[in-house]
Amino acid sequence: MGAQLRVYKRRIRSVTATKKITKAMEMIAASRVVKAQRKVAASTPYAQELTRAVTAVGTGSNTKHPLTTQAETVTRSAVLLLTSDRGLAGAYNSNVIKAAEKLTARLETEGKQVDVYIVGRRGVAHYNFRERKITEQWTGFTDEPSYADAKKVAAPLIEAIEQATADGGVDELHIVYTEFVSMMTQNAVEARLLPLSLDEVAQESSAKGEILPLYDFEPSAEDVLDALLPRYVESRIYNALLQSAASKHAATRRAMKSATDNAGELIENLSRLANAARQADITQEISEIVGGSAALADATAGSDK
Amino acid sequence: MAAELHVAMVAADREVWSGEATLVVARTTSGDIGVMPGHQPLLGVLESGPVTIRTSEGGTVVAAVHGGFISFADNKLSLLAEIAELSDEIDVKHVERELERAKAEGDASAERAADVRLRAVGAR
Repeated sequence: MGAQLRVYKRRIRSVTATKKITKAMEMIAASRVVKAQRKVAASTPYAQELTRAVTAVGTGSNTKHPLTTQAETVTRSAVLLLTSDRGLAGAYNSNVIKAAEKLTARLETEGKQVDVYIVGRRGVAHYNFRERKITEQWTGFTDEPSYADAKKVAAPLIEAIEQATADGGVDELHIVYTEFVSMMTQNAVEARLLPLSLDEVAQESSAKGEILPLYDFEPSAEDVLDALLPRYVESRIYNALLQSAASKHAATRRAMKSATDNAGELIENLSRLANAARQADITQEISEIVGGSAALADATAGSDK
Repeated sequence: MAAELHVAMVAADREVWSGEATLVVARTTSGDIGVMPGHQPLLGVLESGPVTIRTSEGGTVVAAVHGGFISFADNKLSLLAEIAELSDEIDVKHVERELERAKAEGDASAERAADVRLRAVGAR
């Protein structure tokens, strides 16, 4: 066998192995997307009911709360960035990081100081590499976030927003995550989570055109709001975590699918080349034999004379 | 038609129980409250504790609820909790072990959670 042919054969073998791996990863990601989507759906009733309750308090009373009052001058904002722990997800992480940087730049031009909170090893690595300050970071649960994880993330953020700005607290909280639209579409989005605008929440939930009844609050509207708002923030963060996880798996699936397709194409091209090389070897051998025998014939013909 | 109200008990990550009921008893921060069909719209903060639901078929459903909210309007009652478990789902032996461990380690929140579960089983 010719040297060229051997090289091609070796490359085909290696690409085939890679293709098997990417194919497996694609299938794993596909099953995880379904699981993650199911989790998003399972968390919806809770989020819906909470939104309804927040709207009820917001419209039914004139209570003030640190989580709903807009600071007159915003000097410091917190940005919560949700990335994944693992890569191999195409542009998933770079998209969301880019969105976060755009937001940070915009906030900074508005004269605000930005504290960055990051979920996911990828985002942490990105910021560490550029030696930028991360206020707080969480890793290890981005594939399958639980509600406890969301609580863990929300706690310091709520604490920071309740603290006075002079003592290192923040005035507003933005969240940057990847919205799961469909299997094919995931968008990096940013939203202001806090201070919560009750009007906006009300608009969101009254889109169905329902009129909220006058509630009786137990023990009091203030206490209910006090208990409700942190839960609302947690549930929003939980939802964002779940959507990010679903998006990550969908992005992985797509990236792995194109990797598998590319590997298939590569194998096809390589086998064409290998066939050509084999053919060339054979042709060469034949011409060598023919040439050899012709030379022999010439030589014997010459000696006869 | 016998008056009944629709109950939905939702935890952060799933719907725990839903169905028709005639009476729901829950513990709010200002005391136990019983809700029957036609109650005034209500929004309250729940204490950790057992919630008793008397279903319209005459059965009783008890659940351990770890904090959360109760909201009632239009004959629809929702119980929102980060964690909620039906008493049938609770494994008593496991919880008792958990309680002992929590006591030994001085983990107050775990101890309280285990206690709530046991009380829910006891109220069954």
